[in-house]
Amino acid sequence: MDFLNAIVALSNFVIIPAVAYGSQLAIGALGVTLIYGILRFSNFAHGDTMAFGTMVVILFTWWFQSMGISIAPLPTALLALPFGILFTALLLVGTDRVVYRFYRRQKSVPVIYLIVSLGVMFILNGLVRFIIGPGDQRFADGARFLIKARDFKEMTGLKEGLAIKSSQGITVITAVIVVALLFWFLNKTRTGKSMRAFSDNEDLALLSGINPERVVLITWLIVAALATVAGTLYGLDKSFKPFTYFQLLLPIFASAIVGGLGSPIGAIAGGFVIAFSEVTITYAWKKVLTYLMPDALDPSGLVQLLATEYKFAVSFVILVIVLLFRPTGLFKGKAL
Amino acid sequence: MKKLLTATAATALMAGSAFADGEEVKIGVFLGFTGPIESLVAEMGPAAEFAISEVDGSGAFLGGTHVSAVRGDTTCIDAGAATAAAERLITADGVSGIVGGDCSGVTGAALANVAVPNGMVMVSPSATSPGLSHMNNEDNGLFFRTAPSDARQGVVMTEVLMDQGISEVAVTYTNNDYGKGLADAFQAAYEAAGGTVTISAPHDDGKADYSAEVASLASAGGDRLVVAGYVDQGGSGIVQAALDTGAFDTFHFPDGMIGEMLEANFGSDIDGSTGQHPSPSVELAENFTALVDGAFAATSPFAPESYDAAALIMLAMQAAGSSDPADYKGQIMNVANAPGEKINAGELAKGLEILAAGGEIDYVGASGVELVGPGEAAGNYREVVIEGGKLTTVQFR
Repeated sequence: MDFLNAIVALSNFVIIPAVAYGSQLAIGALGVTLIYGILRFSNFAHGDTMAFGTMVVILFTWWFQSMGISIAPLPTALLALPFGILFTALLLVGTDRVVYRFYRRQKSVPVIYLIVSLGVMFILNGLVRFIIGPGDQRFADGARFLIKARDFKEMTGLKEGLAIKSSQGITVITAVIVVALLFWFLNKTRTGKSMRAFSDNEDLALLSGINPERVVLITWLIVAALATVAGTLYGLDKSFKPFTYFQLLLPIFASAIVGGLGSPIGAIAGGFVIAFSEVTITYAWKKVLTYLMPDALDPSGLVQLLATEYKFAVSFVILVIVLLFRPTGLFKGKAL
Repeated sequence: MKKLLTATAATALMAGSAFADGEEVKIGVFLGFTGPIESLVAEMGPAAEFAISEVDGSGAFLGGTHVSAVRGDTTCIDAGAATAAAERLITADGVSGIVGGDCSGVTGAALANVAVPNGMVMVSPSATSPGLSHMNNEDNGLFFRTAPSDARQGVVMTEVLMDQGISEVAVTYTNNDYGKGLADAFQAAYEAAGGTVTISAPHDDGKADYSAEVASLASAGGDRLVVAGYVDQGGSGIVQAALDTGAFDTFHFPDGMIGEMLEANFGSDIDGSTGQHPSPSVELAENFTALVDGAFAATSPFAPESYDAAALIMLAMQAAGSSDPADYKGQIMNVANAPGEKINAGELAKGLEILAAGGEIDYVGASGVELVGPGEAAGNYREVVIEGGKLTTVQFR
């Protein structure tokens, strides 16, 4: 019984939140890694692209709600998602035409792109705050829980409760679908293959007749979809606030770099590595250990490695360790 | 009759001393109109201005001098912005006294950096950190508060919880002067009374996700979770995450969490949770509610204290016969405490007249003001419980 209680407590406070958070990071990191692989720069505007996409989704969600359109028990935001992706795609392609294409023609070095993306980031930052404001926005509706903690306790008779939010379920399912689609596209379709060829060796790809502008266009479209999905899932699961999306940039970049920049598989693995490290290192293990250990060995302290305020430090430390010992990341991306 | 009296008194005063050349006394209303407690300040600001216009309307203030309010924004969290705003109130607007600040951190910063160097009196309606009790006159006798110190709130919280037989709690506090001061005061009082605090962990405001914080709180365990945070900020996030994961079902809320947002956000999900906030007795509350007549929410936390803070400044000016802080700072304790005629909210004109005639008053006001120690309220608290999604009064302590 104690063993089951330990497993349930661990799932409730560590495994389920970390899996959901990891999925959100993974989709975000996929966007960063695609841009790095194909356009060859670190896109610092990615966090704010996510915020922009989510903002459009929220606005459409509110509009649908006011018209009484819903897909209960699923959140209305899923219905608004395609519109969010559409607007974000327009924004990204527009930014590329107005800003990045100029530097591409100049054959600028990656560090110039990086600074340019920083400028784009500040503009998006302001744009999102201008349209929706800097505060918290709530847009989740539909059923809140798949399993409620209290119901679980009554059902099983265990001392510990297990809660699964519907947003967590939706996050994981959506992540699986998105990743499957992306990998099918990159590995099986002609366009996907041309993108990978362009990423592997730009000159060879150009020689074999691949149109670079088309590859760039498709990359931005995919990135728009990934950023909007990641942002919406994060907002549904937690809450939407422009500043927290800007802060997400750190764990997302850490995920992409840990996995290996430019490697899609790496981005997914990196997302989960970062999420699980953040959650397990800041978790107080007292409860789980009390169930598992014999009574005489019960911990008197909290058995918490780091206080929760240092959550972001975990991403930093992992980033530094990986860069020191395996600069190409776990899955052999491009060395920085 | 009252009007006639006032008019007579005003005429008598005018005969004695001429209008001070149409000069006007300005009082700064220095509160967090933006920031984490903006929903509370929406009632506190008008409450202070209500007292100022009451005095202005009476015509009995300093021989008929007009008095008006000037607003300054503390932002509640940004000490730099608060210091700049206080500086502006004193140098540019030329205020003669300041009602505020609101949150303990910015109040301490504005006091040390601006008010003390400029010799300006500050009367805070809501800064409750024990750190602001200046026992050794570090404030040059310039700082007062109509809100009690959290050292007192810690004791009241302990009594509320102990009366319900709860002897083990987890504590989380917002990571600033207010939260830390309250959490420490509570822990000291609670442990002295035989209770156990399993964990006292800070949380930062403005985050999207509090599941990690709640996970460690849940791991430490306890019969109830004490949330010493802000209702517009991380406090609500913590409660939401705790409910979502089933970590805690009931909570205890100190003053920063009691507000309409709490009912709106959680409703009956937190039934059985308890809390307390500084609040006047029922009779005073009814009197004040009738007086303001819907101009603002009279029972909102710290609204009565804001009215009293403004009233105390003006009564002290009247007692000293001067609007110079150096002259009237010593009068604040005198007008607030016995001996003298009791002055309730709405009777400011009467108080002004007694003082003008050289009499003494004991200001009761909207919150039952009684200043102790280095000039802070002794403190009456309203104990509340959430029943059917509504904040319900249990008793006054």
